[in-house]
Amino acid sequence: MMDNIAALGRLGLDVIATVGRAGRFLTGVLVGVPRPSVGFPLLVRQLYSVGVLSLAIIVVSGLFIGMVLGLQGYTILSDYGSEAAIGQMIALTLVRELGPVVTALLFAGRAGSALTAEIGLMKATEQLSSMEMMGVDPLRRVIAPRLWAGFIALPILAAIFSMVGIWGGMLVGVEWLGVFEGSFWGNMQASVSFTEDVLNGVFKTVVFGFVCSWIAVFQGYDCVPTSAGISSATTKTVVYSSLAVLGLDFVLTAVMFGDF
Amino acid sequence: MDSGVYITLRDVVFSRSGRRIFDGVSLDIPRGKITAIMGPSGTGKTTLLRLIGGQLKPDSGEILVAGESVPKLKRKALYTLREKMGMLFQSGALFTDLSVFENVAFPLRVHTSLPDDMIRDIVLMKLEAVGLRGARRLMPAELSGGMTRRVALARSIALDPELIMYDEPFAGQDPIAMGVLVKLIRDLNLSMGLTSVLVSHDVPESLSICHYACIIADGQVIGEGTPDELRQHSSERVQQFLQGQPDGPVPFHYPAADIGSDWGLGGGSA
Repeated sequence: MMDNIAALGRLGLDVIATVGRAGRFLTGVLVGVPRPSVGFPLLVRQLYSVGVLSLAIIVVSGLFIGMVLGLQGYTILSDYGSEAAIGQMIALTLVRELGPVVTALLFAGRAGSALTAEIGLMKATEQLSSMEMMGVDPLRRVIAPRLWAGFIALPILAAIFSMVGIWGGMLVGVEWLGVFEGSFWGNMQASVSFTEDVLNGVFKTVVFGFVCSWIAVFQGYDCVPTSAGISSATTKTVVYSSLAVLGLDFVLTAVMFGDF
Repeated sequence: MDSGVYITLRDVVFSRSGRRIFDGVSLDIPRGKITAIMGPSGTGKTTLLRLIGGQLKPDSGEILVAGESVPKLKRKALYTLREKMGMLFQSGALFTDLSVFENVAFPLRVHTSLPDDMIRDIVLMKLEAVGLRGARRLMPAELSGGMTRRVALARSIALDPELIMYDEPFAGQDPIAMGVLVKLIRDLNLSMGLTSVLVSHDVPESLSICHYACIIADGQVIGEGTPDELRQHSSERVQQFLQGQPDGPVPFHYPAADIGSDWGLGGGSA
């Protein structure tokens, strides 16, 4: 019994210590932004790595999710003779929920895990240590550009995901199942509010982008520098990011759209 | 501070994960000389280099480098001091996404605003010094272990440091590569007047080039002096280490219970 209580206490202390390290790490990264002349080329390189190289999975996933929404939406709405509302259903679902959430989950799996593995391997091969010994702060040189790149890329990827998804829904609803095109776009324009729906969705992606990038770079920087340690850190990045995104999505949705 | 001493360690105590690595280590490292720090594996030789470089902080004691107390330095001052230091890591620690040329150019690009043609000239001079000017376009993955360390050496002297620390430079090298590294360490010390700290457990190579050596074991300095003084040292532990004897004050067997108990011959349980 006492052993269990002690183990629980130790776990609690470990969690608090990790949160403390992550907080200090984040402060160091945010304070240590490199000079624009140095930092901008590094940022552009990382934007390509985490953003542009994630485009394929985002576009393909967005297309199929939009097509499935179109198919499911048509099946349900046609029972009530409301298939003309398919456009607004697809747009609202994507802009409010699926765009930010699915993009963040895909980002954590594709770019987040790559960031963790890359930084972890740099740590294991003493590249970060050698940088420190050359008088170069790895938080500024290596971590900050990756954190900011993830933070910037995710909202853009989510916007692309939603646009491609709406186009996929239109392909199925309008081109395949024969919903009137004017109703599809008209209902969408009439019911999707820029401030309530689009901006709230963008805000979610900003929060998810920040959290996913923070988790990814911290797990890489804090990992045990062995092959098992890097493997464990990569897994943690995907698991923690996914749970954080889903949990935060509920909280943000309750605050933004809850009518209490 | 004695002007002939570049690094001073006084009563340095350092523990990690509840284990005491150093228990009151004191050491003076002379300026412009090669000092070898030797000792069995796992005695904290690399940790000592990290303490000197400020990557780790001691629990207590003083570490002075060029007259500055490393543990007390603020972040910016520490990074400025590190510009006077070079360190050759055991793995080389080259940046795997940069070519040999760009690896050596890295500290110059970060710390100076020299024009590209001047950086090119300096990098080629440094690569020429380690015999790898012709390998400048290769990527780290294309280099052998010895070449990797030579490129890392060229990178660590790119900014003409006052101090260079070598972490196990001879480990895992073939005889030719080892001979090349021994020559480079000696030549760089002579030509640049560098203060060199060499951490190694390769006794013949280290004693052949160092001016001064110390042996660390069980968290303390157990012997120090010139190579000749060490060879004549009266301590059995020092002699066991220098001559590579399998048994002695450092026992062959890891501490264990009575052998009979492991074979069920009485005398206790496993």
